[in-house]
Amino acid sequence: MLEIKGLSLAIESKEAAIIAVQDVSLTIAAGRVVGLVGESGCGKTLTAQSILRLGEYQGIERVHGDILWHGESVFDMSDTRLRKMRGGQVAMIFQEPMTALNPVFSIGSQMLEVIRLHLGLSKVKAKEHAIQYLNDVGLDEGEQLLKQYPDALSGGMRQRVLIAMAMSLHPEYIIADEPTTALDVSVQKRIIALLRKLQQEKNLGMLLVTHDFGLVAEMCDDVVVMYAGEMVESGSVLDIFDHPAHPYTQALMGCRPEMVKDGEALTVIEGQVPAPGQWPKGCHFSPRCARASDACQESPIAMDAWQHGEHQARCIHVQEQA
Amino acid sequence: MMLLEAKHISKIFQSGGLLEKGQEKLAVNDVSFQLKAGETLAIVGESGSGKSTVARLVMRLIEASYGEIFWQGQDVTTMSPRQLRQHRHHIQMVFQDPFASLNPRMRIWESVAEGLRVHAAELNNAQRREKVAEMLERCGLSASTMQRYPHQFSGGQRQRIGIARALMVEPKVLVLDEPVSALDVSVQAQILNLLADIQAQMGVAYLFISHDLSVVRHIADRVLVMFQGNVVEEGLAAAVFSNPQHTYTQELLAARPIAHPSERKDVV
Repeated sequence: MLEIKGLSLAIESKEAAIIAVQDVSLTIAAGRVVGLVGESGCGKTLTAQSILRLGEYQGIERVHGDILWHGESVFDMSDTRLRKMRGGQVAMIFQEPMTALNPVFSIGSQMLEVIRLHLGLSKVKAKEHAIQYLNDVGLDEGEQLLKQYPDALSGGMRQRVLIAMAMSLHPEYIIADEPTTALDVSVQKRIIALLRKLQQEKNLGMLLVTHDFGLVAEMCDDVVVMYAGEMVESGSVLDIFDHPAHPYTQALMGCRPEMVKDGEALTVIEGQVPAPGQWPKGCHFSPRCARASDACQESPIAMDAWQHGEHQARCIHVQEQA
Repeated sequence: MMLLEAKHISKIFQSGGLLEKGQEKLAVNDVSFQLKAGETLAIVGESGSGKSTVARLVMRLIEASYGEIFWQGQDVTTMSPRQLRQHRHHIQMVFQDPFASLNPRMRIWESVAEGLRVHAAELNNAQRREKVAEMLERCGLSASTMQRYPHQFSGGQRQRIGIARALMVEPKVLVLDEPVSALDVSVQAQILNLLADIQAQMGVAYLFISHDLSVVRHIADRVLVMFQGNVVEEGLAAAVFSNPQHTYTQELLAARPIAHPSERKDVV
């Protein structure tokens, strides 16, 4: 079980710490896929990276809240304990398969290093293990592939290698940050199918960070929508697709070209996402929202301002769409 | 009216270097198309299909190995540098990466006004500024921002600047190479609406290069599908999308992301 509880993160700079993520809470049970959705600059990647405390290297600091891995706070973990969790228990798949592999080491040396470190296998066993997992992700020529360098592989193959690397350590959970964004559509389709197959076979918990509702539709059980550093809506994938409650979620879904008929203009959200430090006092979306009233601007709106079962929205003017 | 016509263009790239024996790669093979005034022709394909190479050939940023490109009946491939400079007043390009396509050390009004120095040299500085302000506003940017530098703008705003820059010399054709691929979906919608408005007002024709089928379906009148350097299918957008003929087009359409969780097919 992975729980994020009231997490706030700040970006450290010379002058001040600027809050970039505010009061995010979500729970991922074993075997569940949770989508963390929003536009660039909403804080979704910062939130995801903080699960493995990767933000610390970029001057991101926890201000409030906690992240619990099977009840244990990741912020209290020793370095040794943290290293064991990273990759071994919770693996991460990054967006850029081009940069996530080191270009000067062969695929083999990069895969075998982590396998030997985490699983304590001999060189020979580790190699067999790696080949088996490459095979699992549809890369048949494992033996050959281990000798190759990243630049010899296409984007889709690199992403498969990264998935194989992540899976080879038998993680319980996977954090995938835009795993298909940089890929061609036909490759995307195959990577999505692969991720879903692995996730279901191994009953993995998964946090999927994405701005792509197509990917959410393919993979997720639950969805959390973020806007300007805070959660604005959460619910099951069907709640979000069939009854989006928050005006931001509704607008975001309406922006997709497939949502309008031929010849019609696309729905747009005027303006842009405010940067951290420039958030409004009340609802962060209120300056761009057609339904905003004085009450929206005066004071913060609670996440459970609107609630329907497990479906919540940070909005006091919810009008359900038919 | 026919503006632009590509006749059997091909491009061969040479790879290899000093020590390695060069290999030839046929990036574009025998591609022909026509673009009429005010219409949008989309070239769709995946990476390596040759679609961006076609865009660069049409702009004569690179030279075609074979074939001809005609601008209102005149052969572009044989134009002298001087003629080419005049010709570029008719056809302008908008690039994918709004971060890389603006000079970081130039104020944005200077970037936008650059084309005028060549194509409307008679204008003085004040007249140029006035024209830039007008065009920026038309593209949804306040004229008060024209003194700023590119880093002070978001991705969507930079793409607006890129479009304003291209439109400045009143071209008849815009070649747009993945103009919305780097943008968030809400910003993408803003830019697509802007392009539609501009086309309706100014009658500019678009050659729209994209890998995104939903975007193409939305914006294009006609579509050219490319695969490994070849055109495998072409036709009216509505026809190609509702009744694709070539296996590759069918595969590409089948690979489109699903629109609703109920379309999921079980994998285990």
